[in-house]
Amino acid sequence: MDYFFIVVLQLAVTIANLALVSIGLAIVFGMMRVINFAHGEFLMLGGYAAIISNRAGINLWIAIFLIAPIVVGAVGILLERLVIRHLYGRMIDTMLATWGISLALIGLVTVVFGNTVSGISPPLGSLTVGRYAIGNYELLLVAVAAALFAAGWLVLRHTSLGLIARGTMQDREMSAALGIDPSRVYAATFAVGAAVSGLTGALIAPIVGVVPTIGAMYIAKAFITVISGGVAILAGTLGSSVLLGGVNTLISFVFTPVLGEVALLAAAVVLLRLLPQGITGRFFRKAL
Amino acid sequence: MVTLSRRRLLELGAAGAAAGITSLYGRGASAAETIPIAGIHDASGGIDIYGRPMINCLTLAVEELNAAGGVLGKQLDLVNYDPQSNMQLYTQYAGEAATKQKAAVVFGGILSASREAMRPTLKRYKTLYFYNLLYEGGVCDRNIFCMGSTPAQTLQKFTPFVMKHFNGKKIYTLAADYNYGQITAKWIKKFATENGGDVIATDFFPLDVSDFGPTIRKIQAAKPEIIMSVLVGANHNSFYRQWVASGMKDKIPMASTTFGIGNEQVLTSPEEHNGIIVSYAYFDGIQTPENKSFLEKYYKRFGEKADAVTEGAAMTFNAVNLWAKAVAKAGSVDHDKVIEALETGLSFTGPPGKTTIDPRTHHDTLDVYIAEVRDRKYNVLESFPQQPPADTAAFCDLQAHPNENKQFVIDVKT
Repeated sequence: MDYFFIVVLQLAVTIANLALVSIGLAIVFGMMRVINFAHGEFLMLGGYAAIISNRAGINLWIAIFLIAPIVVGAVGILLERLVIRHLYGRMIDTMLATWGISLALIGLVTVVFGNTVSGISPPLGSLTVGRYAIGNYELLLVAVAAALFAAGWLVLRHTSLGLIARGTMQDREMSAALGIDPSRVYAATFAVGAAVSGLTGALIAPIVGVVPTIGAMYIAKAFITVISGGVAILAGTLGSSVLLGGVNTLISFVFTPVLGEVALLAAAVVLLRLLPQGITGRFFRKAL
Repeated sequence: MVTLSRRRLLELGAAGAAAGITSLYGRGASAAETIPIAGIHDASGGIDIYGRPMINCLTLAVEELNAAGGVLGKQLDLVNYDPQSNMQLYTQYAGEAATKQKAAVVFGGILSASREAMRPTLKRYKTLYFYNLLYEGGVCDRNIFCMGSTPAQTLQKFTPFVMKHFNGKKIYTLAADYNYGQITAKWIKKFATENGGDVIATDFFPLDVSDFGPTIRKIQAAKPEIIMSVLVGANHNSFYRQWVASGMKDKIPMASTTFGIGNEQVLTSPEEHNGIIVSYAYFDGIQTPENKSFLEKYYKRFGEKADAVTEGAAMTFNAVNLWAKAVAKAGSVDHDKVIEALETGLSFTGPPGKTTIDPRTHHDTLDVYIAEVRDRKYNVLESFPQQPPADTAAFCDLQAHPNENKQFVIDVKT
């Protein structure tokens, strides 16, 4: 019974991890069809921002929830202004440009901070379930993921900002005709996507640690999750996170973590073969 | 296109020939003055935590020899190659050092995979090779000298010590998924079983894995009494962090064969590493006069914030000096003569103490220490002086079979 409960908690943690890592990319790709290969580096920058500011004496929670998103959001605005803005609609070119940006960011961080940085220990202790235990910090991640998705849904559904964003996403020309400036909406969306990625990077930093190349670990999974999710940003990402994260965890428990990763990728292949438009291309089409 | 007159063509031809001959002369002249040697260690990428201290000690040893007049009256010309934690570059640089630089000796290799990538190349080009980091034992090859500690020297005493220290018999092994991790896991199983213990499970992790969540739950389910960590590289460091986050730190004690070789005690916090037991042939807290004066020189040369000296780095220092001794004894840098000189059982006393080459295995007899990690420092608990490389000696006799060229692996199922 304890074992079942701990498996459920671990499932929630893995799914939340996957959802958090992918949501930043989902916002950028889903709203603007921009393939952002620098997404992993946004995660990495968020992690570095949190660790560096924490070691400079700032409270850990402020560093994670305030500083990291602001820093990476600013980087996102800069990049959007300088590079992405000129390449809307040109998917291959944005791929190339963001790939170059990712390499440049990795190199820059390596030069400034070196290859390894001492990390921060995860705070908050652990939850004991019978003879098992799980870190409270990991459970916090689940709560943050849920809050983020809830907040996203509220903004998109019930605020005028959300309406403007959805409108611009559906039909750029028509929104422009109705008096909305699409380029400002796009800039704001990219900044929000970057800020969310920064927050995620900061959140996973105490668990995983930061090295300059940590982005490479997550970019593949993020892309797979976003594409398998389909058109809807929130529902799609949530759906594919549940499916892929669930498969990953269960196989990891039964066999080994390596096979868990293999299973995740195999599941993604099968999913895309059966539902080429992603999950929300077929189910929950009207969802956000 | 300007048409060349015959006179112009002859002028250009003569100038070209003259330049060519002079450059030959120039190179020839400088080659007679210095001895080229090569260092191939990762200075960047995830494995640089192991490489940087080794590069420092290599540089220090060479500079010291050069300041004392060099070897055979010639200065040593050290070139440090950086394979950037990429196996392809190891093979490439080994070839370059052997053929383009014509190095008299190569000091390098960190992961066992990198050693096995370079060994055949360097043997083919008959370039002497020193591999200085602890590893899983068993290499039998006359072209290489392995200076690092091997399982018979460390693990054989370490495993029963850990079982007694933590009063436990059931071990759960976590190992990196490549040759070093796989073979060391076999050795742990062998020594644990010999001492009445039992390895209840072994899990292998590729070097880029950093999510150990499901594994930690599996460990909780299996309820071992001791965790044995054979994890390698910066990504695996997150295990120690996640272990503490799960609240397991005080429930199950841990020992490791790799923690500290990359100065992990600096990268992790005291609550993550206090109490871990490790065993190596060198700790920078050893109180011998050689080590103290060495550390003074080291920090003066590289600054107070330099990477701490690890076993690999200290053995590199000894290796360079042993090579220099052999060259002086042989009277030349010729490959076969230097090997014969080393095979007379040369020894050198440096920061890790006295290391003596064993001619039958091309490994060395060295001092072994067992220590506990606490607050970023190592407290030595026991020491075993002058341990011979018994594991490789059981399979390998290079004096009887000088053409042997393989790595022996013990046959234990994990």
